[in-house]
Amino acid sequence: MTATEVAHRIPLEEYAPLLGEPEVAELRSLARPLRGRQVQMVNSTAVGGGVAEILNRLIPLAEELEIDIHWDVMQGGADFFEVTKSFHNALHGGTYASNAEDFAIFREYNKRNFDLVRHDAEFTIIHDPQPAGLIEARQGKAGHWIWRCHIDLSRPNSAVWNFLEPYVSKFDGAIFSSPEFSRQLPVPQYLFYPSIDPLSEKNRDLDQEFIGSVLKRFSIDAQRPILTQISRFDRLKDPVGVIRAYRIVKRYFDCQLVLAGGGASDDPEGAIVLDEVRKEADGDADIRILELPAWAPLEVNALQRASTIVIQKSLREGFGLTVAEALWKRKPVVASAVGGIPTQVIHKHTGLLAHSVEGTAYQIRFLLSHPEIANKLGEQGHKHVKENFLITQNLKNYLALMLLLCRCN
Amino acid sequence: MTSTLHAEQTPFSFFTVAYLTRIGNQCARNLTEFLKGLEECSDASIFHHTFQTLESHHFLTEGFSNDFAQWVLASANRDELAEQLAALDVRDYLSIAELRSDLRRVVSSYCLKYPNYANQEALEPFYFCESVEVTEPVGLTVNSLQGFREGIERLSHASFYFHFISSRLRLHLRTNDFSVWLENSLGLDRLANQVNRIDVYTNTLDGARARLVRLIALEEKRA
Repeated sequence: MTATEVAHRIPLEEYAPLLGEPEVAELRSLARPLRGRQVQMVNSTAVGGGVAEILNRLIPLAEELEIDIHWDVMQGGADFFEVTKSFHNALHGGTYASNAEDFAIFREYNKRNFDLVRHDAEFTIIHDPQPAGLIEARQGKAGHWIWRCHIDLSRPNSAVWNFLEPYVSKFDGAIFSSPEFSRQLPVPQYLFYPSIDPLSEKNRDLDQEFIGSVLKRFSIDAQRPILTQISRFDRLKDPVGVIRAYRIVKRYFDCQLVLAGGGASDDPEGAIVLDEVRKEADGDADIRILELPAWAPLEVNALQRASTIVIQKSLREGFGLTVAEALWKRKPVVASAVGGIPTQVIHKHTGLLAHSVEGTAYQIRFLLSHPEIANKLGEQGHKHVKENFLITQNLKNYLALMLLLCRCN
Repeated sequence: MTSTLHAEQTPFSFFTVAYLTRIGNQCARNLTEFLKGLEECSDASIFHHTFQTLESHHFLTEGFSNDFAQWVLASANRDELAEQLAALDVRDYLSIAELRSDLRRVVSSYCLKYPNYANQEALEPFYFCESVEVTEPVGLTVNSLQGFREGIERLSHASFYFHFISSRLRLHLRTNDFSVWLENSLGLDRLANQVNRIDVYTNTLDGARARLVRLIALEEKRA
């Protein structure tokens, strides 16, 4: 395990103009009794992926609140990460051939990282399955150990879950991103929604000039309605269904469709889906299919901000944080009622839900016909994200959990 | 009438609150299971889906009142029942038991009236969760009407909600922390009553706070 340094720090005070001074002051009030207490966060990667992205933001904010927090990254070889990747897919419901050697590799790498656990930490937060075995290094009942699961465990492969469950049951509690993603466990389970950072490159305000330059670069007409779906080229995101919905809308409105995402260059299946999408588009000049690099936050931000309506027509979804990103930008959203989307899109309050191609097209037509309703949904969506899905709310949840654990002793 | 503290009475201490959501083991896929859940879930779960949701969705003023009504509308697709559940005003209740009883009565009557809908599968299940309340003093104590108003202006949404709405359950009275203090410590009965009548269902929390601040400012001018 290695201690990880955070590259880019944003002071808490910079969130005050967005959240209001009282909300920032509240974080300071909640953190006061936790000053100087030691917290250890452990995950399996320092860069790339949603967990590292969240920790990169969360750690400096907690440090600013004078919490003695440390972020450590577990070390593993290629064989370990191959095993944990297959576990990850299996826990999401993918196929997995049970293999005793995989379990032995998992145990062995967790054991090799034992001596790096900070035994003087009062709170130890272990992220995701990879380092879950570190619970075996706990000395008796010392400290408070929490397992933060960022993945969907609603339909796990039983062999993998049966292997992991005894580890998870030894923690003092578990945190999930949605009630739907949780399991029946003998320990308390808490709900922490995933969060976005309003000051990150993907979400911060952009000037109109930059947005205009991105539209120009991708040959998108700023004068006509823009419908956008940002997602990997993956069948579960139903990009073909989005094109079919667009074609219905196009009969009534002179609009454009932008399908933007990565995942096609390094994923054989992504390339096949991209090909299917191109065939479905059939050379329509008003459909822009944009293959973005894996990390293109400013382009994604600009495309979302330039959109008239943002679509997320997934067939299956994890939490679907691209929805929160669009809502934060005050965009009206039409999305499928799957996974974590209905938590973000409260039908007729913060966006519109649909269950089919035809329903998606109808809701888009409705919003294009009623821009005042679209604006109101976007405005309320922004407030919903501000209240429930920002990194500062995530921090508040951690503070509350630590206070609760302290007081239960 | 006075706007300063009586010598024997206590100053007002502002608190803040954070609610942790604990995931329960119950979920409902139709109205029959939903009714069973309402009967069996904990008090903390009824609180979470009614009182607490008012705080987390405080910015909505039209048609959103609690998680139960929203699920019945959006997932079970039963508008009439959703309206009846939305019409329950949490401020009318002095205990969770009374609120639970009314929720059960409304759902049970509907299922009896429309038995065909009772077992119809909803689009999304309803997951019963619970709220765990963690409070902490803000570090602000006031003893005058002016200090009180300035304190309210500086409160977070959660803190305002804690004193103005969830306090009813704590006090077991149809009132709130602010009104109790105005009446008992400053002797401002009329202002206390006006504050208690602010409608949190047709106002956002910010709107309710603005109205409260206006009422106090008017009282300051009178004093």
